[in-house]
Amino acid sequence: MLQIKNLSKNYEDLKVLEQIDLEIESNKTTVIIGPSGSGKTTLLRCLNLLAIPDIGEIDLNGVSLTFDPNQPLQKRKILDYRKKTGMVFQSFHLFSHRTVIENIMEGPVTVLKKGKADAMAEGMALLKKVGLEDKANQYPRQLSGGQQQRVAIARALAMKPEVLLFDEPTSALDPELEIEVLEIIRALAKEHYTIVIVTHKMTFAKEVGDNIIFLENGRILKQGSYAELYHSGNERINRFLTTLQ
Amino acid sequence: MFNERVINILQESFFKILIPGITHTIPLTLVSFAIGLFLAIVVALVQVSNVRILNPIVKFYVWVIRGTPLLVQIFIIFFGLPSAGIVLDSVPAAIIAFSLNVGAYASETLRAAILSVPLGQIEAGYSIGMNYFQVLRRIILPQAFKMSVPPLFNSFIGLVKDTSLAANITVTEMFMVTQRIAAKTFEPLALYCEVAVIYLIFCTVLSKVQHMAEKSLKLEQG
Repeated sequence: MLQIKNLSKNYEDLKVLEQIDLEIESNKTTVIIGPSGSGKTTLLRCLNLLAIPDIGEIDLNGVSLTFDPNQPLQKRKILDYRKKTGMVFQSFHLFSHRTVIENIMEGPVTVLKKGKADAMAEGMALLKKVGLEDKANQYPRQLSGGQQQRVAIARALAMKPEVLLFDEPTSALDPELEIEVLEIIRALAKEHYTIVIVTHKMTFAKEVGDNIIFLENGRILKQGSYAELYHSGNERINRFLTTLQ
Repeated sequence: MFNERVINILQESFFKILIPGITHTIPLTLVSFAIGLFLAIVVALVQVSNVRILNPIVKFYVWVIRGTPLLVQIFIIFFGLPSAGIVLDSVPAAIIAFSLNVGAYASETLRAAILSVPLGQIEAGYSIGMNYFQVLRRIILPQAFKMSVPPLFNSFIGLVKDTSLAANITVTEMFMVTQRIAAKTFEPLALYCEVAVIYLIFCTVLSKVQHMAEKSLKLEQG
């Protein structure tokens, strides 16, 4: 379980996240939705500590981090926490000087100090899982956007994270390529990975989301199943859900 | 103009000029560039990693070196420092001046290359749990070095020609030797053209080396 307590994040005077309280259940898929600028991506980046919250607490399966502006977190703690979370970015961000398999092996070899042979075998298995074992020795620039994102998913999985974070994973893809990436995420959800996904795809949110969080102006306006949100009687949410079908 | 006498002078002087090129110009260039590149790497890393205390010092160094003429720097080191009790031979003085010069310019080349590595890849490195030094060593530097190859060759080729300034502090490199022969034979046009051609040959070889380096790094694919 990933617990977020009283988490706030400001960028100078701009309040991006305000007193977020949230419980993300293990082995479930949590979807974060909301209008642009509502703080979705910042919330996700806080869950990976790419953005450090100003105040609050994050507890991942019993390991707790407390944020306090007067007491910066130890680097060691940040690094240990990041090893347990996997992040998939909107624009893939594969290492462009490394081949596909090297991208996937990078974390296990450099961070987890795994042997190269083991990391390679595990990497190939992950590539098979995302259907790209024939691309192992190609460079990212030789792949389509959808393929790059599938490699990025494999790279995140290689760290065997306790939670997988997706930041609008299909926003940079055309509809045809989108399908192949969504299929992988759907499969991971079925395998009961703990997933947090920021998306604008409402149909997908409805399909895979066990819990849907509606964020607005840095606060959680409502959360629950799709049906609960839909029938919440909140006009703002209804308009959002129906216009973005 | 190119009568038999001039042709004879050109033939006789060719090796007289080329030999100091091999014994002085090339070693001076290689040694100064190696030291300068090392300096540049340190200076660039101090700046991008924002190392406290050192950062203002290296910024000051780049500012001074880039803002003053190389010839003046050479004179300060060779003719000026003895007044402060530091007496250097001409060759070490030249190496110090050239190294400091390359260090300042190449550090900016490297810094630009480092900053051009996409932030997203750096964050991707952090997201798989890498620390700053792992990101620097595994993600940033390999890409930055590759990108800085063409501009670094610019500095390298520039340095080959700048070594001619060492003639002013009694280093017997190619230009110094040419000046002496020209003074003796009264054929400045032919002789200075001759030394120019030799510099051109050196630099042509370097251009070829650059081309091969870029090819082996697959730079043209971006």
